Amino acid sequence: MNRALTIGAVLSGAFALAALVSFIWVPYDVTGVDIGNRLKVPSMAHLLGTDHFGRDIFSMIMVGARTSIAVAVVAVGIGMLIGVPLGLAAAARKGSLMDELIMRGNDLVFAFPSLLIAIMITAVFGASAVNAIIAIGIFNIPVFARLVRGAALSLWTRDYVLAARVSGKGAARISFEHILPNVTNLLIVQGTIQFSLGILAEAGLSYVGLGAQPPTPSWGRMLAESQTMFSFAPHLAIFPGLAILLTVLGLNLMGDGLRDVLDPRLRRARR
Amino acid sequence: MSLLEIDGLNLEIHGTPILRDVSLTVEAGQIVGIIGESGSGKSMTAFSVMQILPDGGLASGTVRLSDHDMLALSEEALCKLRGNEVGMVFQEPMTALNPIQQIGAQVAETVLIHENVSRAEAYQRAREALNRCELPEDKFPMSRYPHELSGGQRQRVVIAMAIALQPKLLIADEPTTALDVTTQAEVLSLLKRLAREDGTGLMLITHDLAVVADMADHIVIMRNGEVVESGPCPALFDTMQHPYSQALLAVSDHQPSREEHVTQEPLLSVKGVVRDYALPRSKLFAEQEYFRAVKGVSFNIRRGESLGLVGESGCGKSTLTRAILGLEQVQEGSILLDGEEVFTGKQPNRAVRRKMQVVFQDPYGSFNPRWTVRRLVSEPFHLLDELPDREAAIAEALQSVGLVAADADKYIHEFSGGQRQRIAIARALIIKPELIILDEAVSALDVSIRAQILDLLADLGTRFGLTYLFISHDLSVVRNVCDRCLVMQNGEIVERGVTADIFERPQHAYTKQLIAAVPRLP
Repeated sequence: MNRALTIGAVLSGAFALAALVSFIWVPYDVTGVDIGNRLKVPSMAHLLGTDHFGRDIFSMIMVGARTSIAVAVVAVGIGMLIGVPLGLAAAARKGSLMDELIMRGNDLVFAFPSLLIAIMITAVFGASAVNAIIAIGIFNIPVFARLVRGAALSLWTRDYVLAARVSGKGAARISFEHILPNVTNLLIVQGTIQFSLGILAEAGLSYVGLGAQPPTPSWGRMLAESQTMFSFAPHLAIFPGLAILLTVLGLNLMGDGLRDVLDPRLRRARR
Repeated sequence: MSLLEIDGLNLEIHGTPILRDVSLTVEAGQIVGIIGESGSGKSMTAFSVMQILPDGGLASGTVRLSDHDMLALSEEALCKLRGNEVGMVFQEPMTALNPIQQIGAQVAETVLIHENVSRAEAYQRAREALNRCELPEDKFPMSRYPHELSGGQRQRVVIAMAIALQPKLLIADEPTTALDVTTQAEVLSLLKRLAREDGTGLMLITHDLAVVADMADHIVIMRNGEVVESGPCPALFDTMQHPYSQALLAVSDHQPSREEHVTQEPLLSVKGVVRDYALPRSKLFAEQEYFRAVKGVSFNIRRGESLGLVGESGCGKSTLTRAILGLEQVQEGSILLDGEEVFTGKQPNRAVRRKMQVVFQDPYGSFNPRWTVRRLVSEPFHLLDELPDREAAIAEALQSVGLVAADADKYIHEFSGGQRQRIAIARALIIKPELIILDEAVSALDVSIRAQILDLLADLGTRFGLTYLFISHDLSVVRNVCDRCLVMQNGEIVERGVTADIFERPQHAYTKQLIAAVPRLP
């Protein structure tokens, strides 16, 4: 068993579990204000303490995981659903006008810093979780399109693709029957890594107030709000920060581990 | 005292025995040919000499190279010997060189690593080594990059790297398998000359008996990690005792028995076919230039015939194959199968495609690794408008190539190279085509497997009345299985005729050169 994969899966699995459990049960209500209980340090009653409104931080991290995961899942989904077909199409008609348009379009999106465009989109269309998702999703499109195109180009030279062409199969059919199944490994690995980047991006957008809006808890906003109180209540910043760190670390380890397990060449080299 | 003495060498990898009690010797100036099919342990024997074993490899026994006990030496001491005392030439010249380094630098590097000399002196030595490998300075300055050289020239660079330090032993592992037949002859004679001039021991590893028969002093035949027979060459060919050696000799020149079923009616007719490729523009507004890969080729294949198309890499035979299969449109000329155009308008003609199928060279790359055999074999059904009984057809196709119907549920990695090639043939057969194009279909196979596949093809040809187009660079295959032959050079057909005539009385200079270059068994 791959150690990186195990540690990564346990870490990210723990946060996914927390997000799921939060739908049916959280220790404390995260929308209720309890000023009398504000800024409590971690104790048995409040495992990770309370914030300046007296909300339980452990509960907020559980619900915040929901927001982060939802944003990242949908954003990676958008990137894959649009990026993968674009990459397949570009590879199938290599050198054509369509290939050029797709790849230059990719370059265009890549040319802008992602957070900047995300800020622009949310500034124009209003700050909300949905707009954050769209902004992050757009930046996942070229990543997947380029990855798939590169891998597909080498697959198109294989004899089994030639055999499929001899059997009269068209480019679209070959792309979905022969190319796509052989790039899924890459997609899983890249998907995991993009997922962690999506969580980071969501946290970043929430931090500047352009992600999920109050009262929905979000790790990024928890960090932003804790900033002014860091000197006397550091636990407000430490715990959401740790949540982000551990999730991203977990997902990256999982991505690395999956790459080793799924790529037979690396597997052989490692042994 | 021999240069190299291997005595009772055993090798295990992760506990699996790979070599068992291998013993052989190489004297200075002697050429020893090691012959065996894939998995016979011939390469592992060479790796054991160099001590470059895969992870988990454990060798025991004695390997003595000019007084060094190779199995007892430390890695550091071995590094000093590798390159210095033993040079190695690998099979694939395309990957043995660093593509972003000039050839001079690569040859000089071996000198710099092993000897305390100045850069200028190392380059001087590299130049000498390249000269000795017949890469003269005026045509091949050291500033050349590997991609500017042909396969044979790259292999010469690899040989120059191996001999730059004048090692006492040179190991060549399938040095010519990836090369064309004329290039093969040149590289072999170069190796032979170098061994003789320097008194270097040469260990030549190959699967091809004929290659070593011409030049080796001593032959070792290996099978399943054991030496089955060894002796001086060519005397050994007359005194071979072991059934495996005899079988190997027999299959090397295997002639499948075929029943004639040739008719006069042409099945495929290719007329004046021209295929141009657009070259990349050198400047933004430069005129578009073209490379003409096929220059007006015409020929017919009669129904039931086996036609051979012979040529070396780059002669245009693959381009022609793609055009016949309707994968690419031709610029001029016409390709008719059974009287119908392969390409109608901008679309390949489905009705025509149904009548032909293809088998490719590489048994490993011809199949989608994620599909079951059932799905792989039935892929050509896509060409049919109404489907026959799927399961029955799959079972029949598998059985006709000597596999069983239950194999349909397996994945391709569960099969050996020879079995994969059978599956490729089953895939071609399943829609009962009339023409099967065999694009180097047996070139990557071991000789005994090759003989089996050729027999199978001959048998299927008679049973189903098939017509074959054999495309190959290997003349010995074509000679034994084809009724007629075409010889192709630089996009043109330079000679055509009945196979026996071409081989016995070649007319064109290129054909003569090709035939002379084929290594021959005594």
